[in-house]
Amino acid sequence: MSSASTSGKQAAPASTRAKPANKAEAAADYLDGRLGIYSLAKANLRKIFPDHWSFMLGEICLYTFIIIILTGVYLTLFFKPSMGEVIYNGSYAPLNGIRVSEAYASTLDISFEVRGGLLIRQIHHWAAIVFVAAMFVHMMRVFFTGAFRKPREINWVFGFLLLFLGFFDGFLGYSLPDDLLSGTGIRFMEGAILAVPLVGTYISFFLFGGQFPGTDIVPRFFTIHVLLIPGIMLGLLVAHLILVFYHKHTQWAGPGKTEKNVVGMPLMPVYMAKAGGFFFLVFGIIAAMSAIASVNPVWAYGPYRPDQVSTDAQPDWYMGFAEGLIRVMPGWEIRAWGHTLNLGVFIPLMLFPLVLAAIAAYPFIEGWITGDKREHHILDRPRNAPVRTGLGAAWISLYLVLLTGGGNDLLATHFHLSLNDITYFVRAGSFIVPVVVFFITKRWCLGLQRRDKEKVLHGRETGVIKRLPHGEFVEVHAQLPQDKLHTLTAHEQYEPLELPAEVDENGVARKVGLITKTRAKISEGMFGEGNQIPKPTAEEHKEITSGHGHH
Amino acid sequence: MSHDMSDDKLPADTAEGHGEVAAADNPFADPGLPAHEVRRTDIDERAAKRAERHVSLLFIVSMLATVGFIASYVSIDPDKIVYIFPLGHISAMNFALGMTLGVALFCIGAGAVHWARTLMSDVEHPAERHPIEADDEVRADVIEQFKTGAGESGFGRRKMIRNTLIGSMALVPLSGVMLLRDLGPLPEKSLDSTAWSEATPAMPIQLINMNTNEPMKAEDIGIGSLTFAMPGPSALRPNGLQESDEDFQQQIAKDALMLIRIQPEDIKDAQSAALGFEGVLAYSKICTHVGCPISLYEQQTHHALCPCHQSTFDLSDGARVIFGPAGHPLPQLKISTDSLGYLVATGDFSHPVGPSFWERSE
Repeated sequence: MSSASTSGKQAAPASTRAKPANKAEAAADYLDGRLGIYSLAKANLRKIFPDHWSFMLGEICLYTFIIIILTGVYLTLFFKPSMGEVIYNGSYAPLNGIRVSEAYASTLDISFEVRGGLLIRQIHHWAAIVFVAAMFVHMMRVFFTGAFRKPREINWVFGFLLLFLGFFDGFLGYSLPDDLLSGTGIRFMEGAILAVPLVGTYISFFLFGGQFPGTDIVPRFFTIHVLLIPGIMLGLLVAHLILVFYHKHTQWAGPGKTEKNVVGMPLMPVYMAKAGGFFFLVFGIIAAMSAIASVNPVWAYGPYRPDQVSTDAQPDWYMGFAEGLIRVMPGWEIRAWGHTLNLGVFIPLMLFPLVLAAIAAYPFIEGWITGDKREHHILDRPRNAPVRTGLGAAWISLYLVLLTGGGNDLLATHFHLSLNDITYFVRAGSFIVPVVVFFITKRWCLGLQRRDKEKVLHGRETGVIKRLPHGEFVEVHAQLPQDKLHTLTAHEQYEPLELPAEVDENGVARKVGLITKTRAKISEGMFGEGNQIPKPTAEEHKEITSGHGHH
Repeated sequence: MSHDMSDDKLPADTAEGHGEVAAADNPFADPGLPAHEVRRTDIDERAAKRAERHVSLLFIVSMLATVGFIASYVSIDPDKIVYIFPLGHISAMNFALGMTLGVALFCIGAGAVHWARTLMSDVEHPAERHPIEADDEVRADVIEQFKTGAGESGFGRRKMIRNTLIGSMALVPLSGVMLLRDLGPLPEKSLDSTAWSEATPAMPIQLINMNTNEPMKAEDIGIGSLTFAMPGPSALRPNGLQESDEDFQQQIAKDALMLIRIQPEDIKDAQSAALGFEGVLAYSKICTHVGCPISLYEQQTHHALCPCHQSTFDLSDGARVIFGPAGHPLPQLKISTDSLGYLVATGDFSHPVGPSFWERSE
C-alpha cells in the first residue's frame, strides 16, 4: 500500500482550484475535498431565519435536551444502578446506619460527597422539568398558529412522540434514586400494570423480575432511561430538526411576506450569535436555579420501603394529569367468572394516552375537514381560527382540571378545602370545564375578529374628540397605513363544505355517504356562519373611506 | 444619553423600502418589505463602541465567574451550610458552584445576543421557498425507475416468494418477544398469599410490633391508636421477618399490618368484629387501589386514608371503601392470642392483598 502511494507523488494536481489566500481557506479546502463542505454551506451559511419571540420555545427544548444529556453522562459516572443493599455510612448523618440500596446510597454520595455532584443532579432534574414544559408550550405555539399544516404534519407527529417519550423518560429518571417518593411512583406503576386485563400480572412479573419490588427494577429502568429512550429521542430530534431546516421556518403575515418566501436574518452571523448565545442563557439560568432552588431532595424522603409512604406524594408536574385521572376515578371493579377487571385503574390508564393522542391526530383531522392540499407557511393568528383555538384551550383546561385532581391533597391542605369536594369538582369539571372554555374562547376569538374588521374599515381610535358644526362630538378615527391593512386582512378564510344537492340534474337521488355528511357538518361548525367573521373586503373599505370618511 | 445624533443620519435619508408598490385599486395589497429602520449603533460610532464595550464586559464577567467556580470547587468545604436570605439554609458549595457556573454561562449568552442585536446587521432578507413536492417530470421518472427495479426483482410476478417472505417477516419478531420470557418468573399463585399463610391454628404466627420488634398483647394497644405489625417467627422463618432478609422488600410489600383497637360496640360489621380480638382489628396496610401503604388514621371516625390517591376506608365497618378510587375493602387478618397472651394470626388474609389483578377471584 505505502509503496503504491509514494509512486503517485509526481502526478499532476487533481484540483484546478486557485491557491487559497490564507491558512483558513486552505483548511476549508482540505475539508471540502473530503467532506464536500462548500456545497453543504452554500445553501445554509446564509440561510434565512424569521424572527419572533415564540420561535425560541423550540430552541429551549433543544438546549435543555443537550443540557440533560451532558449532565446525565456526568451522573452515570457516579451513580450505581443497583438494588444491592448496603448500610449507609456517609456524611449525611440522619441516615447513618440505615439499610439502603446502592442506587440510593450513590445518589446520596453524588449529593454530599462529590463536589458539584448535587449541582449537576439539580441541573439534570431542573433541565428535565424545563424540557418537558418547553416542549409543551412549543407544541401549543405550533398548534395555535396552525404551523402544523401541510407540509409539517409529520414533523408534528415527531414532536408529539418526543413529548410522549419525554414524559416517560422523566418518570423513569425520577424512579432511579430508589428513595421513598420514587418507590411510591413505581408501586403506582405496578398497580396500573396489574389492572390490565388478561396479561397485566404477567407483564408485571416480567417487568419487576418477579413480585414487586424485586431487585431488578432499578438496573432495568436505568438502561431504558439512559440508553433506549434517549437514543430514540435523539433520532427523532435529528429528524425533527432536519425537517425544520428542509421546510424552512414559518412566518407571520406582514408586508413583503408571502407563502413563497421567508423573510428574516441570515444564519451567519446574526442567527448563529442569537441562537448560540441563547443556549448559554438557558444553561446559565438553569444553573442558577439549581444553585438556589432544591428539587427532589431524596435525602429528606429516605430510602424506599413498600410499607412506608409520606403524605403529599406527588409526581413531577407533567405526570400530574395522569395522577389526577387515577385519583378522581371512582373505584369501579367488576368481578365475574373468577376474574377481576379493575376499571377504576384501567380506564385512567387508557385515557392517559388518549388525551395525548387526541392532539397528535389533530393536523390530520383538520386537513381532512378543510380538504386543503396546499402548502402553508404563513401562520394563522389564533383569533382567525376560532374553533381550533377553542379546541386547544379546551384541551389545556382539561389538562389543568386533571392537574388539580392530581394535586388535590396539596390544594386541600394549603387552601383549607375539603379534599373530597375537590375530587367531586374534578369529576364533574373534567366534562364541563373544557366545554365552557371552548365556547368562551371561540366567542373571544370572534370578538377579536370583529375588532380587527372594525379597525380595518373605520381606522384606529386617535383619542382626538372633535365637535361637529351642529354640536355633535365625535372621536376622530385615523386610517391604518397600508402595511397594517395588509397584515390584518392577509389571512385566508375557508368556505364551509357544501353537500351536493340531494337530487342530481336528472332528478335521481344522489348518494351521499355518512362520512361526507359528517365532514360537512364539522366544516359548517368550523367555518360556517357565526363561527368566523367574514373579513373586510376592499370594496367595503372603499365604500366607507370614499364617502363621508370617519364617523 | 442623547448626543451626537445628527439629522442627516436619520432613517428617512439612509434607507428606502424595496417591495412591490401597492396596486392602486386594492388598499389591502401587500406593500412589500418595509424600509430598514436603522439602530442608533448603525449611525452613531460612539454608541457602537459603547455596545462593543458592553459585550466585552459580559465576556470578561464570564471569565471571572469561571475562575470563581474553580476557586469555589477547591476552597469550600462540601459540608458547609450557610444561611442566605431568602433561600434559607443551603449548601454553600452548591450555591457557589451553581451561581458562578450560571453567571459564566449566562454572560456568554447575553454577550452574544447583545452583540447580535446591536452590532450585527439587522437587515431582513427575503429568501425564496421552493415547493416540497417534486415536479411532474421527476415524479414520473422516479416512478418509472421504481417500476423497472420492481420488475427486475420479480417481486410482483413470483407470488410464492412474495407471500412466504411476508409470512417469514411477520413471524420473525416473535423470537424477540419470546426472548423476553426469562425477564421474570410466571405469576402463578404468588400474588394470592402472604407470609401469614404459613400460620395454622396449631402453629400460629406472632404479630411483631414494627417499631419495637417485640410481640404484642391486646392491652398494649390503646383504644383509638394505630400500630403497625409484621410476621414473627414461624416454621419456615424461625427468626421472623428481618430487614436483612433478601426478600424483605417483597414480603413487607404484602405482609404489613395495621392494628387498631375500637370499642367492640362501635364495630359495625359483625363478621369483621369476629376476625378481631377484643376490639383489636388487623387490616392489611397495603391499599387495594394501586398498593400504597395506608398510614393516615382518624381515630374519631375510624377512617383510614391512603395518602397517595386518597382512598378512604371505614375500619369500623370491615374497611369498606367510603371515598376514592379503591375498588374493594382492605383484607382483614383473623387474629387471636397464644398461650402467653400474645396476639397471633392463625391463617392468611381472607382475600389477596394489594391492587387487584385479572386472576384475582375474590
